[in-house]
Amino acid sequence: MLDAKIPNGNLQDKWKNHSFNVKLVNPANKRKLDVIVVGTGLAGASAAASLAELGYNVHAFCFHDSARRAHSVAAQGGINAAKNYKNEADSVYRLFYDTIKGGDFRAREGNVYRLAEVSVKIIDQSVAQGVPFAREYGGLLDNRSFGGAQVSRTFYARGQTGQQLLYGAVSALNRQVDAGKVKLYTRHEMLDLVVIDGVARGIVTRDLVSGEIKSHAAHAVILATGGYGNVFYLSTNAKGSNTTAIWRAHKKGAYFANPCFTQIHPTCIPASGEYQSKLTLMSESLRNDGRVWVPKKVGDKRNPLDIPEEERDYFLERKYPSFGNLVPRDIAARNIKEVCDEGRGVGPTGQASYLDFAESIARLGEDQVSARYGNLFEMYEKITGENPYKTPMRIYPAVHYTMGGLWVDYNLQTTIPGLYAAGEANFSDHGANRLGASALMQGLADGYFVLPVTIGDYLSTLGFAKVDGNHPAFKQAEDEVKARINQLINIKGTKTPDELHRALGKIMWDKVGMARTADGLKQAIAEMKQLKEEFWKDLKVSGTGEELNEQLEKAGRTADFIELGILMAEDALHRNESCGGHFRLEYQTEEGEARRDDENFMYVAAWEYQGENQAEKLNKENLVFESVKPSQRSYK
Amino acid sequence: MSNLNLTLKIWRQRNANDSGKLVTYKVNNISTHASFLEMLDILNEDLVKKGEDPVAFAHDCREGICGSCGCYINGRAHGPEGGTATCQLHMRKFKDGDTITVEPWRAKAFPVIKDLVVDRSALDRILQKGGYVSVNTGAAPDANEILVPKPVADEAFTGAACIGCGACVAACPNASAMLFTAAKISQLALLPQGKPERYRRVEDMIAQMEDEGFGNCTNVGACSLECPKQIGQNHIARLNREYILAKTFNPPKSNEVEVI
Ligand SMILES: Cc1cc2nc3c(=O)[nH]c(=O)nc-3n(C[C@H](O)[C@H](O)[C@H](O)COP(=O)(O)OP(=O)(O)OC[C@H]3O[C@@H](n4cnc5c(N)ncnc54)[C@H](O)[C@@H]3O)c2cc1C
Ligand code: SF4
Ligand code: FES
Repeated sequence: MLDAKIPNGNLQDKWKNHSFNVKLVNPANKRKLDVIVVGTGLAGASAAASLAELGYNVHAFCFHDSARRAHSVAAQGGINAAKNYKNEADSVYRLFYDTIKGGDFRAREGNVYRLAEVSVKIIDQSVAQGVPFAREYGGLLDNRSFGGAQVSRTFYARGQTGQQLLYGAVSALNRQVDAGKVKLYTRHEMLDLVVIDGVARGIVTRDLVSGEIKSHAAHAVILATGGYGNVFYLSTNAKGSNTTAIWRAHKKGAYFANPCFTQIHPTCIPASGEYQSKLTLMSESLRNDGRVWVPKKVGDKRNPLDIPEEERDYFLERKYPSFGNLVPRDIAARNIKEVCDEGRGVGPTGQASYLDFAESIARLGEDQVSARYGNLFEMYEKITGENPYKTPMRIYPAVHYTMGGLWVDYNLQTTIPGLYAAGEANFSDHGANRLGASALMQGLADGYFVLPVTIGDYLSTLGFAKVDGNHPAFKQAEDEVKARINQLINIKGTKTPDELHRALGKIMWDKVGMARTADGLKQAIAEMKQLKEEFWKDLKVSGTGEELNEQLEKAGRTADFIELGILMAEDALHRNESCGGHFRLEYQTEEGEARRDDENFMYVAAWEYQGENQAEKLNKENLVFESVKPSQRSYK
Repeated sequence: MSNLNLTLKIWRQRNANDSGKLVTYKVNNISTHASFLEMLDILNEDLVKKGEDPVAFAHDCREGICGSCGCYINGRAHGPEGGTATCQLHMRKFKDGDTITVEPWRAKAFPVIKDLVVDRSALDRILQKGGYVSVNTGAAPDANEILVPKPVADEAFTGAACIGCGACVAACPNASAMLFTAAKISQLALLPQGKPERYRRVEDMIAQMEDEGFGNCTNVGACSLECPKQIGQNHIARLNREYILAKTFNPPKSNEVEVI
């Protein structure tokens, strides 16, 4: 049984007491301590800046050419905080409660309460950095409601909230670069973790321009490397988002928690052909005024405007009369997939449903609809070439976020001492389903406010001797990385990394996606094992290891994705229940809702690597609910 | 819509020391729904299969927000469509039989790394010289303590929206980074949080911009035309004003005083 080290005491006092009880490092000693931060997204940039401000020597890494390009930059909607500026009876407790419930009772109370507690300080910090949040005419900050919450607690900066928060965090990071407290390594990809006597001591990186493989030693390592949604090949993530850093750490001993918990967003712009490289999100808010439908007849290829009312199936309104088009993300997504699987999908690929605004336009007028959704309609038209005022939008679900990640305790430490994980890379706060506008909050909470406290507690126990970069473990890790790169280049087969990645994505989407079954998952595991063999026999990588070589980068990442895919399927197969984003067809209520099994599955599944091609070992962290009583989610 | 057969002339350069040249490729049967970068993906898959070196180009989010992508397409930064980053450009903007010339950003301060990928780290070094507010984590007052009028916040946002793509530099006949630098200076000069350090900031950032080898601004205005975020010349005007104030009144740098 895993110990999450949640402090004792009342929920409300845990973090306060813990912050008081941690051991501190004397300011003069901090400068003798080195901390590596991998990733410069919201979590990484905020952690690196805050730790440098405290006096630690920070070494920050990202594979991008600039810290500012981390995928956090793409978040649109907003960030939650329990400010209660609207006098709506919002509170830290309510945000905590909503998050626990939204996560379908698969998250830790202690962590989530802390998240809600520090949320208010995140907004203060960002505003002080010059983040231009939306304002009201009186000069106060504006809020909106988001993701079905009953209160308006979401702060936003047009549709570019992630961008603005990231630029704020990166400006704090830049300030520390200027001050000489952060050494920033851009275009560096972490390819392995160095563990000595069971403790994290550094990383191995590849300079993506020169190809140089080098190790870096430090007293502690933080991984803030983002989510792994690209295991499905197509997702709303950026092309470079990957699992390599956390997967290699996993293979060095860090447990991987709840890998199968994936969030699929119902309204994305559908793929238009085989060449599709990524998917673009269309805001959830569109379902307030758009009606989702497909033709009743299988294979009806008529222009949507020529299909009469009585031959249309408004399937969400039909199946969920009370919620209609506003059913939660997972229900909407699954139903859209179902009608497409029946052959009633629309558009050139048959993998889409209509989202129709004709009725709203008739009711509200085009101006009103444009005022609400103008920018989204424009983006849609840019990508599809179709005008949604004239013809219904086509939408399809897409992978959007991964709740799983490296297992961490209350201190955000993984099962390897000295190795921490933050942001989307850890599994900590969202349980089986994340609420909208909560990922940005969690990334910044981890980086600004949690790690600076908890990592000091660890560092204070180490002594201040420099970590010896000449220890043979560093050389060995470098050699292993080099050998692997040579292996990838020398297969000289026939399939490109993208081809193999697409094949993986198809297996994952079809069988480990929205609707999972034991049989499908078993098949998926067998197919992925075969794909892994094929990968190592038939991969083709052009170029060499000593130059900028995107094919090589993709190859390494795809290899890791295949292994992770297998673990995700294993995790989904073992979890004989449905909860949040994890839906097993065998476990649903008569109304088609997720049927949780609290008796047998109220735990975090933390997987332990056992060696190449070996089944992983399941470890459990039991979840205890002292403040909130688990209940069934209902959409009636 | 029918598919396109195209001739591509793409700048190939192995590394910074190579002299580089345009190489001609044919791509066939490209869907008009594909994005420009997806068209390059198709070319690259083909090249890899044939045992040739694929074309290196920068990209990541593919939705116009990370600022990674960017090349010259038929002589225009980010291609023919205004207010659009290269990744948002779709093939329906081209015709069957077109010849498309694709080149990297060209500026002394942006050395070519490979093919269409250039080194834009000079932009980050400008930001590192003061493109921030000096506030440590935990030291911030309540977010609503300082009121910011909505028009001021909105105007600051238009500067803050810069994605750091470098198209402004590439579009400028002088390869000046004025619009990029102005976007940040203007954002922080407008907001009360940025005011205390405004004079030091403008002087330091401009000095760094000059050190990096960017050219001078002669008010051509091509930068704003090609900027995917449509950042306007008003920000350059604000930068100039800030700079003149800083220079004219010569406020002491270490102990900032409000001049106006
Ligand atoms: C389209 C979209 C919209 C979203 N909208 C919202 C929203 O409105 N509200 C909300 O709360 N959340 C939203 N999310 C989710 C949220 O944006 C992410 O969960 C969050 O930004 C992740 O931040 P991060 O710091 O953990 O990782 P990222 O921002 O992904 O950063 C990862 C960093 O790690 C680096 N890295 C990765 N691997 C390596 C390696 N091996 N070596 C070196 N460096 C590496 C990268 O270079 C990068 O710097 C959205 C997500 C998407 C995809
Ligand atoms: S000002 Fe515009 S063109 Fe220049 S870097 Fe910023 S977004 Fe790109
Ligand atoms: S790839 Fe991100 S802006 Fe074009």
